[in-house]
Amino acid sequence: MLLATEVQKHFGRLHVLKGVSLELSRGEVVCLIGPSGSGKTTFLRCVNHLEAIDGGRIEVDGELIGYRERRGRLVEDSERAIARKRSRIGMVFQRFNLFPHKTALENVIEAPLRVLGLPKQRCVTEGEQLLERVGLEDKRDVYPGKLSGGQQQRVAIARALAMKPALMLFDEPTSALDPEMIGEVLAVMSELAHEMTMLVVTHEMGFAREAANRVAMMDDGQIVEEAPPAELFGAPAEERTRRFLSKIL
Amino acid sequence: MLAVVAWHVVWQRIAHPDHAFALALWRTVYISVAAQLIGVCLGLITALMRMSRLRVLRLVSGAYVLVFRGTPVIVQIFFVYFGANLLFGFTLIPNTVNFGLFALNGAVFAGIVALGINEGAYMREIYRAGIDAIDKGQMEAAKSLGMTYGLAMRRIILPQAARVIIPPLGNEFNNMLKTSSLVFFIGVTELFGDAEIRNSTAFQPVEYFTAVAFWYLVLTTIWSVIQAQIERALAREERGDQISFRERVFQAWAPVAAWRTGGSR
Repeated sequence: MLLATEVQKHFGRLHVLKGVSLELSRGEVVCLIGPSGSGKTTFLRCVNHLEAIDGGRIEVDGELIGYRERRGRLVEDSERAIARKRSRIGMVFQRFNLFPHKTALENVIEAPLRVLGLPKQRCVTEGEQLLERVGLEDKRDVYPGKLSGGQQQRVAIARALAMKPALMLFDEPTSALDPEMIGEVLAVMSELAHEMTMLVVTHEMGFAREAANRVAMMDDGQIVEEAPPAELFGAPAEERTRRFLSKIL
Repeated sequence: MLAVVAWHVVWQRIAHPDHAFALALWRTVYISVAAQLIGVCLGLITALMRMSRLRVLRLVSGAYVLVFRGTPVIVQIFFVYFGANLLFGFTLIPNTVNFGLFALNGAVFAGIVALGINEGAYMREIYRAGIDAIDKGQMEAAKSLGMTYGLAMRRIILPQAARVIIPPLGNEFNNMLKTSSLVFFIGVTELFGDAEIRNSTAFQPVEYFTAVAFWYLVLTTIWSVIQAQIERALAREERGDQISFRERVFQAWAPVAAWRTGGSR
């Protein structure tokens, strides 16, 4: 489903991703953990081409992301092609990024309506189902400004799901939340983990332990270790993983 | 001092407007509205050009602001009206400009064009501030949903930027109502021109210009009431509460009502 090979990324002179390779098969849930500044979020943003990559390649569902191949070389895709490929990849942001001028339901149906051009009635029906799924059916006509952080993030998840993505990316989805709201968002994500392919950047080790099939530890622009959660948390092979876990657990 | 002023003349100009005056007033209004509309469109186009990936478009946009904010409007008006003729030997603006449905006096047309182009430079800066005020995450969220830049701009960024843009846009139009008086200098008899022409025969400058100042004040006051209504509507939408005008009036009177029931007890 996701195949990243030797991904390189620089910000100016800063070498942020030093050859990151990661593979997710369909239905798999992988959590990316690691100290801040290790490149987790940057890597996630490269997967849907919010950041261009300088080397390597990223494929989602067999399609090269952000680029196309021409005579063995990679050329940046047209805007339209990038947008089309992105529409198959859902993303949930740390700061929710809901559209404040639209109600919860309008947030959810905006993309199916405008990007996919589906009929309004169908979008609304499916949108309502999605809001119900994240437990917010009674908030359909409420503007984001009147929702709590946890509720906003759940609407954001519903909004991403509305495009029926093949892959869901979560960029520290609970880091901007008050502690009492983290649980409700993680509950929705755990539910989702049974059926979706998900790549989750998170500091919630409890979630990683329970919902992930694999956990990948990133440090200094590289994946230093990758293992099922029981293994990685129970008996980390790498010294750097041990050091990181000892600080946060 | 004030006794010297022939107040009956001022009163005459205010209370008994004649046909020529009405026409002049109407000219001021439509010149201002048309020029502002041009400015609103040009400002948007050049604001988007500024964010383009093409260097040429960014440069054109920058040069536009530099030139039109950096030179006097009156010079620009003269340039549009006389300039092309003098420089290139052809008349840019004919005596009558025909639009099919209606025809415009050439000077009026030149004035509208010049004021509109000038206004566009200021509007570009207002759009720029409005668009920059929107969190970067909004564009990213839109893109992550598969929207193209254009669609995201239209559906997500500009509607939000509008709330930042509308208040200064209102001020711009207020300014435009007054600045439009400059087109008198290319021979358009608008509000100010009407006063000046009458003054040139009657020679009662204080009286005529006091009256015309009053009329400008009427225009800008009417506009400020409209502007306040628009801004209030936007603010209400932003808060997300949907209360009707009647409810709002009722709420405003609630303290008074409470006080009265309190008194009768």
